[in-house]
Amino acid sequence: MPKDGGIGASTKRREDVRFLTGKGRYTDDINIRGQAYAHFVRSDMAHGILNSIDTAAAEAMPGVIKVFTAADLAGVGGIPTGWQVTDRHGKPMQEPKHPVLAEGKVRHVGDPIAVVVAETLDQARDAAEMLDIDITELPAVVDMRAALAEGAPKVHDDLTSNLCYDWGFVEENKAAVDAAFASAAHVVSLDLVNNRLVANPMEPRVAVGDFEDHSGNSTLYTTSQNPHVIRLLMGAFVLGIPESKLRVVAPDVGGGFGSKIYHYAEEAFVTFAAKQLKRPVKWTSTRSEAFMSDAHGRDHVTKIELALDADHNFTALRTDTYANMGAYLSTFAPCIPTWLHGTLMAGNYKTPLIYVNVKAVFTNTVPVDAYRGAGRPEATFQLERLVDKAARQLGVSPVELRRKNFIKPDQFPYQTPVAVVYDTGNYDATMDKLLELSDHAGFAARRAESAARGKWRGFGVASYIEACGIAPSNLVGQLGARAGLYESATVRVNATGSITIFTGSHSHGQGHETTFAQVVSEMIGIDAGQVEIVHGDTSNTPMGMGTYGSRSLAVGGSAMVKALNKVINKAKKIAGHLLEASDEDIVLKDGKFTVAGTDKSVDWSGVTLAAYVPHNYPLDSLEPGLEETAFYDPSNFTYPAGAYGCEVEVDPETGKVTVLAFTAADDFGNVVNPMIVEGQVHGGLAQGIGQALLENCAYDAEGQLLSASFMDYAMPRADDLPMFKVDHSCVTPCTHNPLGVKGCGEAGAIGSPPALVNAVIDAIHGAGRTDVTHINMPLTPARVWSALN
Amino acid sequence: MQLNDERIIKADPATVWAAILDPAVLQACIPGCESLTGSVAEGFEAVVSQKVGPVSARFTGLVTLSDVLAPHSLTISGEGKGGVAGFAKGGASVSFVPEGEGTKLTYAAEAKVGGKIAQLGSRIIDSFARKLADEFFQRFQDAVEGPDAEEEEPQASGADNENQDKPKKGWFRRLIS
Repeated sequence: MPKDGGIGASTKRREDVRFLTGKGRYTDDINIRGQAYAHFVRSDMAHGILNSIDTAAAEAMPGVIKVFTAADLAGVGGIPTGWQVTDRHGKPMQEPKHPVLAEGKVRHVGDPIAVVVAETLDQARDAAEMLDIDITELPAVVDMRAALAEGAPKVHDDLTSNLCYDWGFVEENKAAVDAAFASAAHVVSLDLVNNRLVANPMEPRVAVGDFEDHSGNSTLYTTSQNPHVIRLLMGAFVLGIPESKLRVVAPDVGGGFGSKIYHYAEEAFVTFAAKQLKRPVKWTSTRSEAFMSDAHGRDHVTKIELALDADHNFTALRTDTYANMGAYLSTFAPCIPTWLHGTLMAGNYKTPLIYVNVKAVFTNTVPVDAYRGAGRPEATFQLERLVDKAARQLGVSPVELRRKNFIKPDQFPYQTPVAVVYDTGNYDATMDKLLELSDHAGFAARRAESAARGKWRGFGVASYIEACGIAPSNLVGQLGARAGLYESATVRVNATGSITIFTGSHSHGQGHETTFAQVVSEMIGIDAGQVEIVHGDTSNTPMGMGTYGSRSLAVGGSAMVKALNKVINKAKKIAGHLLEASDEDIVLKDGKFTVAGTDKSVDWSGVTLAAYVPHNYPLDSLEPGLEETAFYDPSNFTYPAGAYGCEVEVDPETGKVTVLAFTAADDFGNVVNPMIVEGQVHGGLAQGIGQALLENCAYDAEGQLLSASFMDYAMPRADDLPMFKVDHSCVTPCTHNPLGVKGCGEAGAIGSPPALVNAVIDAIHGAGRTDVTHINMPLTPARVWSALN
Repeated sequence: MQLNDERIIKADPATVWAAILDPAVLQACIPGCESLTGSVAEGFEAVVSQKVGPVSARFTGLVTLSDVLAPHSLTISGEGKGGVAGFAKGGASVSFVPEGEGTKLTYAAEAKVGGKIAQLGSRIIDSFARKLADEFFQRFQDAVEGPDAEEEEPQASGADNENQDKPKKGWFRRLIS
């Protein structure tokens, strides 16, 4: 019987009640008496000299309170970058200033130039029309290789070039890797593009700034995945407000997928303007604005090569990648193509020698940062496409070539040649499960059936590994992180026994309110209904680093477990006093403290009441109350892994690809709520299939953003997707966090693009067209047809 | 994008040349042109209304004539700001060569858009620019030589007989003849 509560139960998401009945409280639902509205005026040129801005006519328009330009932001710092990458020569990356409003130059379409603040939004928009902005257009750089060419226009005049950094990893291995290639029996290489994406969460970004004149306190309500990080970055680096005078609230947030991690100019602006004007200031992004102001994802151009010996063992791997940074460095941009990408290039394989080169490039485009998976999808895509190509080139089964090179279960913990140590895993087990669930044995018959209808059927697999639970602080600090990556929780037990958890993690679709309560329920033995999860407000939650990198349960959940254990230890002392026994003999089970081996017991609520009404209480040795805080900084990443299989049909007449089946066999370690895990994988698969089949953010040569609405940017829809088969029964629990969990949020988006493209290539090869070895994503009918003709 | 085309105008090069330098002709020929003031030497201030896909915009900007080699060739350039709609700019190198009793007009036009027009209308921008260029030179041809006789036939036999007595001359040629 499945459990109906606690760890392992598919408890229905409690937050859905308010979301599905229209009672969610999102940032745009927050309206403060007297609030003014901000409208950002953005560059419609990709690159230009900002000569002058005449605001007089706009300021004379009805309802206008003030028009702000960079000149009005005296004392405001630039938007900081949270990670510094050191290049292969030991030099720090080039780090340009990122002003809140453009200073002297505009550098991408959407770069904010001025803000009109007015009594109503319509008045602000009307007045914006009256701004006279004089810009001399400059030639733009869009293509990364062209941006690095001698004499290319510079995005930032004060930098030596458009190269942010030239990163080599592991630089010391380069010579050995090259030597291994020189002596290899087989070398397989592949050139590919990882297409630029726009995250497009359902809720666009919103920011409301408020200032309390009597206390001097500032509050920012914002659509963020990590309110504490925003408070730290904006308070310390942009506005100079101490944390004690700044509160950041991220209420219900409608999806982020990475794009709401970063500190954005609009957040700093509304906080600044509210203080200047002594009025609340609100900004709500339109969907069009989101396309040109939310950080984009991916955008890598890569050449990857694999060396194999005569027995098809992988002997070395090397990659050469250009990673687009856009016009400015977004908060975590520099670490995505490096430490979240290069460290995963071993994949599931025991390749002994690896060298990764990444050139990060400034272009006149929207900044690029983490998007669901962040660096790991880029690593997995190129590696799994290459392994597949190798199998086809060598005439062996893609599954068997993978198995031959998999790290085996008895080899863990496994030190890869790219710094990380995998704690545990079983890659053959997930591959077995995948082949079973996808009925691989019946594929030949299904292919014949398609062929009879004139269609080409293909089956593609991909293995993946990811590093989740992004941490530990001392390690990431060495790698250039400018912040710690711990998590925190406060467990407040109330007098009657109910529990309020204040977590530093943030939920914006992941279901923390349900799963965290399940963990508490399991540990204490009380009904999950007695547990409230509070998150998203820096004024009442302990410092947390936020939700991304599939880290909430592995890091934030672990912090909560630590705090709960402190609570339980103290509660046992109280129970021991009440039961006149040593606290070492007290056992907590099903919400009851019992003296081991006796029938003497006291209920959870009896102990909690004693803690707050300490009439009969060991006051000489124990403080009253029952509230504990813990911070947790893990010793390693977690390493979810799995095998994905995709079955497609290609119409050779039109090039249209139909995804017929998709199977995911994941090892997420222990699972708290299988239903939520399944939902996370579904969402990830939809985004991964979207990238592989439909989505593409396109710029023209002048830097104009061409796909800036849902008319041109194709989001996956329900009818683009098959019913998914999702399994997470292969479990190797994480060895270093108390719950044994690994994280599941990104896997679907990581493993699915290579599985899908491999399936399309398999279909094409199955029809005898072995000359087509790769097609760049998205595999639109036009691209597939062009590859065939 | 680049657009190249040519057409034969039934008028001598001198007439055609005079027409292209005439602000009234330019205003009448630029599709959506609400006003055009200025001179050949100084350039013209123009206000042009256009709808590109879902975006309607009123552009204010400059139209300039350059590389003027009378009566052989010139370049017409325009650049307009459309407020929230973004911007548009374009130009055409036009040459005039006598051909028979008429003039062969050859043009190579180029159009660029930015901002919201590019973001929302990029799929249709090529066909839109082609249509605009076509319309400009068709209007120019009509202005110089009058509408095609064939085109006018059905009109003449229609209910609206107002045009029947009009000479088959372009309004510009009527003006100067």
